[in-house]
Amino acid sequence: MSVTQPASGLPVASEVPAQEVVPLRHPWTWAATAVVVLVAFGVFYSVAANPAFQWPVVAEYMLDRQILAGLAVTLELTLAAMAMGLLLGTALAVMRLSANLLLSSLAWLYIWFFRSVPVLVQLIFWYNFGALYPQIELRVPFGPLLYGASTNAVITPLTAALAGLGLAQAAYTAEVIRAGIASVPRGQTRAAKALGMRPATIFRRIVFPQAMRVIIPPVGNEVISMVKGTSLVSVIALADLLYTAQLIYARTYETIPLLIVASLWYLIVVSVLSVGQHFLERHYRHGV
Amino acid sequence: MNGMGQVRPFAGAPAAGEPMVRIRGLTKSYHGKPVLQDIDLDVAAGSVMCIIGPSGSGKSTLLACINHLERIDGGRLWVGGELVGYREQGGKLHELPERQIARMRQRIGMVFQHFNLFPHMTALQNIMEAPVQVLRLPPEQARARAMQLLDRVGLAGKHGRHPAQLSGGEQQRVAIARALAMEPRLMLFDEPTSALDPELVGEVLAVMKDLARSGMTMVVVTHELAFAREVGDALTFMDGGRVVERGAPRAVLADPREARTREFLSRVL
Ligand SMILES: Nc1ncnc2c1ncn2[C@@H]1O[C@H](COP(=O)(O)OP(=O)(O)O)[C@@H](O)[C@H]1O
Ligand SMILES: [Mg+2]
Repeated sequence: MSVTQPASGLPVASEVPAQEVVPLRHPWTWAATAVVVLVAFGVFYSVAANPAFQWPVVAEYMLDRQILAGLAVTLELTLAAMAMGLLLGTALAVMRLSANLLLSSLAWLYIWFFRSVPVLVQLIFWYNFGALYPQIELRVPFGPLLYGASTNAVITPLTAALAGLGLAQAAYTAEVIRAGIASVPRGQTRAAKALGMRPATIFRRIVFPQAMRVIIPPVGNEVISMVKGTSLVSVIALADLLYTAQLIYARTYETIPLLIVASLWYLIVVSVLSVGQHFLERHYRHGV
Repeated sequence: MNGMGQVRPFAGAPAAGEPMVRIRGLTKSYHGKPVLQDIDLDVAAGSVMCIIGPSGSGKSTLLACINHLERIDGGRLWVGGELVGYREQGGKLHELPERQIARMRQRIGMVFQHFNLFPHMTALQNIMEAPVQVLRLPPEQARARAMQLLDRVGLAGKHGRHPAQLSGGEQQRVAIARALAMEPRLMLFDEPTSALDPELVGEVLAVMKDLARSGMTMVVVTHELAFAREVGDALTFMDGGRVVERGAPRAVLADPREARTREFLSRVL
């Protein structure tokens, strides 16, 4: 067969046969995958087949009324402590970035203190607040009493847990939010100012939405930590998911299955939250 | 001002013969280092003032003083006959609260070298934002006006794009439309084409030329000498924080009086 050669001496494109492209093979990846699958199956089998795990007991308690009530407490506590952390944390971040030296120092001091003391200690401290101040009073200085109550009536295990978790969370969140706000270029604020926007509007419409892109991933992680962090409240006898499981196995001695019940619920909650985080991140990523 | 009942009048138009911008004895320093020294400058209403000068000569700082993005240390600065950023009382200047400064800025448009569009908003949202948030214009009305402005800067079909999906020239034209949406009496341009690829400079200058022809008062910091010559009514050369020379653009560019101007022009041309 005679191939007509163009002037350049190269074959014309239409005369070059279409060639099959063979992608590079990765035999070792496949071998490693096979090993990992085998090991995973072995672990799964040994867990599922081991009667010591008492799977029937796990199944029995998974939807137990007491366990579900504990789960509700854990979720409520997570939500309330995170809300408190976000609100107070935003205020602290704005104070921290303020040009006013007193405000930024106060915020710095707060963040330093509440990040340094272990949350466990803070929880016990708030729970025992009544020993330090038996009476809580709110009064106009040297004036009439506005509000007064015995501390033990105000500080229940629930409010102590909220104070301990929320105040500490605010310190962490404040740093995340501060970094997010600081990541927005100064030109954005200048452009908004030049349009005649006021500081509050600039924060709400221009700076905060852009800071959210930086803030959401770490705050998502904080929420997930908080779900598990709430289990610390068992030290002040608040019946969250873990403490409820402990109460039950203290009575029935079915320790392992009840810990599995609690763990499975933590797994489920964290999985749902991770999906939510994924969609939130996608929502705030647009346009960049 | 039809349909914009909420907009407070902006210090009135300057009285007949009164310049749109009047600067007297303006000084400003950063950390003790003088950046602007004893600046006197007038910009007539409806005219285009071009400012040229080497990098670091204080051009951006001067523009930022005009809408009080930067504080001044001394001297006086009026826009439309109104003292900018301060209230004079007992021979002293008292800085105004941010709220009142924001009100003054509503009618002074500014265009930046790096566009500074809001990246989380579309072109249309960028333009609507200030009219809705600041002037409290009904969104439909702000939207209609924004679409007109996009058409005017030649971007009618691109209202749904985010800044990241626009070329530099397109972004800068959206930025101009965004400033125009506030119906300014004065437009400040800080090297609006310096960050653009050469082939995109023309489209932005064309929009600015059009704006100048419509009678807008403009202060333009630029290195585009051809633009200054063709569109400018006055030209100011700055160096070392001072006004070194000023005059009609053709005269200054063709036959500068000062040695420093001559030297600068010989380097730029
Ligand atoms: N925020 C600032 N802090 C300290 N120095 C500044 C600041 N902004 C500008 N300067 C200084 O002021 C001088 C004038 O700057 P600028 O107005 O940006 O000049 P130009 O726009 O003519 O290049 C430069 O020496 C610059 O380093
Ligand atoms: Mg500059």
